[in-house]
Amino acid sequence: MLPLRSSVSLEKKLLSFSRNSCPSTITQSLLFPSHGRLVQLKTAVSATGVAHREDDKGVNTGTASTWDLSEPEPLPPGLLRELMPRHVAVVMDGNARWARRRGLPASSGHEAGVQSLRELIELCVKWGIRVLTVFAFSSENWFRPKGEVDFLMGLFERVMESELQNIHRQGVQISTIGDSSKLPKSLQKLLSRAEQYTKDNSQLHMIVAISYSGRSDITQACKRIARKVKDGVICLEDIDEKLIEGELETSFSDFPSPDLLIRTSGELRLSNFLLWQLAYTELFFAQTLWPDFRKTEFVEALHSFQQRQRRYGSRNS
Amino acid sequence: MFLIRKPCQIHSNQLCAPDNTMEKEGICKFKQLFSYLGCFLRKFMFSILSVGPIPDHIAFIMDGNRRFAKKRHLLEGDGHKAGYESLISILNYCYQLGVKYITVYAFSIENFKRQPEEVQLLMDLMVEKIEDLLRNGSIVDKYGMRLYFVGNLGLLSSTVRAAAEKAMQATAHNSRAVLLICVAYTSSNEMVHAVNQAIRKNEFDSVEEEHIEKVPMIKINDIKRHMYMSVAPDPDIVIRSSGETRLSNFLLWQTAYSPLYSPTALWPEISIWHLIWVVLDFQRKYAYLQKKRKQP
Repeated sequence: MLPLRSSVSLEKKLLSFSRNSCPSTITQSLLFPSHGRLVQLKTAVSATGVAHREDDKGVNTGTASTWDLSEPEPLPPGLLRELMPRHVAVVMDGNARWARRRGLPASSGHEAGVQSLRELIELCVKWGIRVLTVFAFSSENWFRPKGEVDFLMGLFERVMESELQNIHRQGVQISTIGDSSKLPKSLQKLLSRAEQYTKDNSQLHMIVAISYSGRSDITQACKRIARKVKDGVICLEDIDEKLIEGELETSFSDFPSPDLLIRTSGELRLSNFLLWQLAYTELFFAQTLWPDFRKTEFVEALHSFQQRQRRYGSRNS
Repeated sequence: MFLIRKPCQIHSNQLCAPDNTMEKEGICKFKQLFSYLGCFLRKFMFSILSVGPIPDHIAFIMDGNRRFAKKRHLLEGDGHKAGYESLISILNYCYQLGVKYITVYAFSIENFKRQPEEVQLLMDLMVEKIEDLLRNGSIVDKYGMRLYFVGNLGLLSSTVRAAAEKAMQATAHNSRAVLLICVAYTSSNEMVHAVNQAIRKNEFDSVEEEHIEKVPMIKINDIKRHMYMSVAPDPDIVIRSSGETRLSNFLLWQTAYSPLYSPTALWPEISIWHLIWVVLDFQRKYAYLQKKRKQP
């Protein structure tokens, strides 16, 4: 059995060899004597020698912290990989009703809802979904009873603290959208820390909409455009759809428009969530309450999405 | 279901064959009786529905005309004509029920990408039907309907634009019912227009930020005011036919809180039952929806 020091020097030699090569994808086989098995590492090594992970478009996404240690998990029967949505958005509705039906306080429903979210994140990572946007708290939710709001803020903090390592280990990048100025200072700091800590991850980009309003998002984009017009950076005639899209809070995302939106609990509304971005999104309204929304229900939503014909206003041939 | 599918405006000469045999006379009278029975049932059901809240504004995405034509082995143009007949039926039902505003998604900006023949067919149909609507005795007269054509009308040909503007002018004095026809429309185009207008007219306040300079303070209402759809309140209900569950860039801003229904029936197959079911569901959730809307 080779000592660990030898295997590390072997790895360095392989990497130095690849550094002198043209940028390419090199499959490196390394033998880890402590585990006695062959581990396949796929890396794209640039001229700078920093290892990158290639995304589906063949564009380097620039993280050295996540490695594909295994093939993506096979999809459930009936789902086709080429028809999987790239961006899924979720309105997590029904926690309070779930608790009421069981004679429990609303707080129990919200805590149960965390389990569903945890499972959904894992499934998205395993099945290669690139972006997951979750509607955690809307701007209208501030009008709920103070006790419930305070509990939710506390829950967000507790969950973020306890789950951050696990989320980071899965290669999830966290971003937030919404008016964070209304959030407690401690939560603001925590969210900022989480975004910083996970910024180099690329398995899944999770966007948490907290204190978010779709109309306010569009309005703030317009405010920024108005300022640019006032400053002479752009003319009025330059204002088009692309410009507005570029100023929305979701503009940082590779895929700002969701392919599929799931709303649980049977409510048939968007509730002021991602209005601009949902122009051509397929909507799936599930009867299940959020704490009961698990793998089976997610697969059902994906099945429904894959059956649909997306025409974007034109005709199929 | 066919009993109360169409409004009872059937004249006897439409029911009876030219040669008036005893048997055909009997069939004619039978059909007339059914028609009157259908009318009675419809009025009875509407009066029950009227006990509860009636939506002020319903928006329709009229999807499925072409699939209807394919299903019935018709020419494509006949699918759109059947769609128009269905629209007139639905308008009758809605205005009889007490709905004041109806918005229909007639033609999206994205639809210009379709085959030129289909686009031309739709434009010709639109001009023809606008002329029908402006005739005496049409549904516009019956309900005192005001017509609005909502969208980037500059993208339409001069003929269609002239017909639309003529219809808007001719019905400008009406106020009992309102029909908004979205043509050459997408919601994102509408918002671009609204932003442009809001900035151009410079109607918003500027505030000093950190005592350095004045920063434009656009508010939600500044944008809302310049939307094409500012002439009507937000829809209480959105109905998309043919079972597709997406908005397709229709009223994205205005439908933030509107329930969305997607019956599987194709647009020419939409019937009074779909409307009744939707209104009943709306009434069931009314108190909750009102509470949500009142929050600023």
